[in-house]
Amino acid sequence: MTTTISGWGNYPRQESKCMKPSTAALLRAAVNREGSLIARGMGRSYGDSANAHKVLTTSYCNHFIDFDEHTGKLTAEAGITLREILTVIVPKGWFLPVTPGTSYVTLGGALASDVHGKNHHSSGTFGQHVKSISMVLGTGEVVTASEDENPDLFHATCGGMGLTGVILSATIQLITIRSSLINQKTIKADCIETACEAFEENINATYSVAWIDCLAKGKSLGRSVLMLGEHAEEGGLEVDIKDPVSVPFNTPSALLNSITMKTFNGAYWHKAKHNRTQIVPLMPYFYPLDAIGNWNKLYGKSGFLQFQCVIPKENGIANMRKLLTEITESGEGSFLAVLKQFGKVNDNLLSFPTEGYTLALDFKLNESTMQTVSRLEAMTLDMGGRLYLTKDAVMQESTFKATYPNWEKFEAVREKYGATGKFSSAQSKRLGLA
Amino acid sequence: MKKILIIGATSAIAEHCARIWAARGDAIHLVARNEQHVQVLASDLKVRGASEVTTYCLDLNNVDRHEELLNAADELLGSIDIVLFAHGTLSNQKSCELNVQETLTEIHTNALSSISLLTLIANRFEAEKSGTICVISSVAGDRGRASNYIYGSAKAMVTAFTSGLRQRLHKSNVAVVTIKPGFVDTPMTSEFKKGFLWVKPDIVSKLIVKAIDKNKSESYVPGFWWILMAIVKSIPEKIFRRISL
Repeated sequence: MTTTISGWGNYPRQESKCMKPSTAALLRAAVNREGSLIARGMGRSYGDSANAHKVLTTSYCNHFIDFDEHTGKLTAEAGITLREILTVIVPKGWFLPVTPGTSYVTLGGALASDVHGKNHHSSGTFGQHVKSISMVLGTGEVVTASEDENPDLFHATCGGMGLTGVILSATIQLITIRSSLINQKTIKADCIETACEAFEENINATYSVAWIDCLAKGKSLGRSVLMLGEHAEEGGLEVDIKDPVSVPFNTPSALLNSITMKTFNGAYWHKAKHNRTQIVPLMPYFYPLDAIGNWNKLYGKSGFLQFQCVIPKENGIANMRKLLTEITESGEGSFLAVLKQFGKVNDNLLSFPTEGYTLALDFKLNESTMQTVSRLEAMTLDMGGRLYLTKDAVMQESTFKATYPNWEKFEAVREKYGATGKFSSAQSKRLGLA
Repeated sequence: MKKILIIGATSAIAEHCARIWAARGDAIHLVARNEQHVQVLASDLKVRGASEVTTYCLDLNNVDRHEELLNAADELLGSIDIVLFAHGTLSNQKSCELNVQETLTEIHTNALSSISLLTLIANRFEAEKSGTICVISSVAGDRGRASNYIYGSAKAMVTAFTSGLRQRLHKSNVAVVTIKPGFVDTPMTSEFKKGFLWVKPDIVSKLIVKAIDKNKSESYVPGFWWILMAIVKSIPEKIFRRISL
């Protein structure tokens, strides 16, 4: 059956044959039977990385396989969501070693995107906590990939956007927590320089991220609210994982305009209190937007682009100032832009984070935002940075190949394991991967 | 902690009910055809908190083994608190129309196999004077329609049978809950184009577990199907025969 699919940004859209096997055996059979395809989880990557003429949806393959409550090793099928994992592990005193800003992603998706979280500076990416992966190759063979077994496949698959095979299950190492509460400290930074200094000063904080006002100009350029977090020591392990309130339909996109955005951002800035400490539950701390289902519909029918870049630490502040100037001059940046300092790069071939500063924000889609995003792409390239494949819908092949120097090694691994031509997405085609 | 027997455990609706019970710490005995699939569910439910999970493989059409199935369940669980019937197949109406054997097989799978097992369980629960029997029938059983009257007539039999059983067992303190789901987005219905009436199995399962907890007699899930089916049932045959549904 064909349906129209898209990523979380609702752009681009594609007619696709969506297959949803109900067991891992059927999933494997589908890989053998069908031609070129890509695995798809919750469809939360923003652009076209899980779009293809044929997609293999893993949502029925969402079972726990094993959980050792003493060692914190968890094995589950690829289609399980981080949200489901949390309902089981938090009450037992365990937590995800790395988590992105939404719990509505699958284990397989988190791995294929090699997602990062607010603790990247200290804990790296999700893939760095994966002990082993079981996956179907293009040949139909099921293999294990880990640091010890098929390590080349392992490092291509973590962050490999599903282009090396279909992940069936994975084992991850969880971290212990004593409480399901977070001690949060808020720091206000009145411009980009103070924000970056604050990240440096708080390098020992477990979690750190900043909301950044992408509309503030002049001496307030880059004003930010840093949110630092530590797992609390007390308060119990109860976790309240509720169903979200849904945005039932696409809102008229005129609702999100420069006036409402400016008002929102201004209010957010003024409401925040400097040096304030609070105790907050884990769910709203890590996943504030999960409280509203389908918040992507707020951008209306035409959808939105998310831009996320990382730029090297060297000249980072000056370069960030240039990017922000470009964004504020366009006047089109939206609310909820995020700034974070990343730690060291890892060994995964297409993993996004490198040491430096990352900036992420949404643009309601239209002609002029397309151009803004393309200018930002060129600037990022010049600065020696790169864009996050999971957020990307428009990057040029030349930018990708210049900024992900391991792409040729990645292609060699795909060739070796029978993935070439077998696993491909609209994004991989756009970026010139075979 | 409840002791729960699930017939047709690999059905998506049954699986989501089992997840709710597992999170409550109940003991669950899974009966299904596919050994490999049911083992995947068993490991999953253990991690989700079930105090115990056991399995039994049987094609429910094999009615001669129903007694044995119940003996095994009793042995593993002790006395059973809840039985959920969720097995079945969605008949291919068109090919059934051309094939008597296929039609009878569908009726056997979706009605007679349930009736065989229900008879045995009813007698056990009646003697024990306790227990809840929950059977997943369907809105399709409310009125025969050209597009799926073979599946529908089998479900009509299940609905009528459980209605009578409910009356009979009422005085023995045994509850019989008949569930009538509408369109549920599961592997069984993967070939259908999904419209606004379709719901996910986890939502249906929450409503089923609630219906069991509240000791309901008959429950449309989601509830709006009660209104839709009241309208469908009220159309006179003279008019009904002309419309395509």
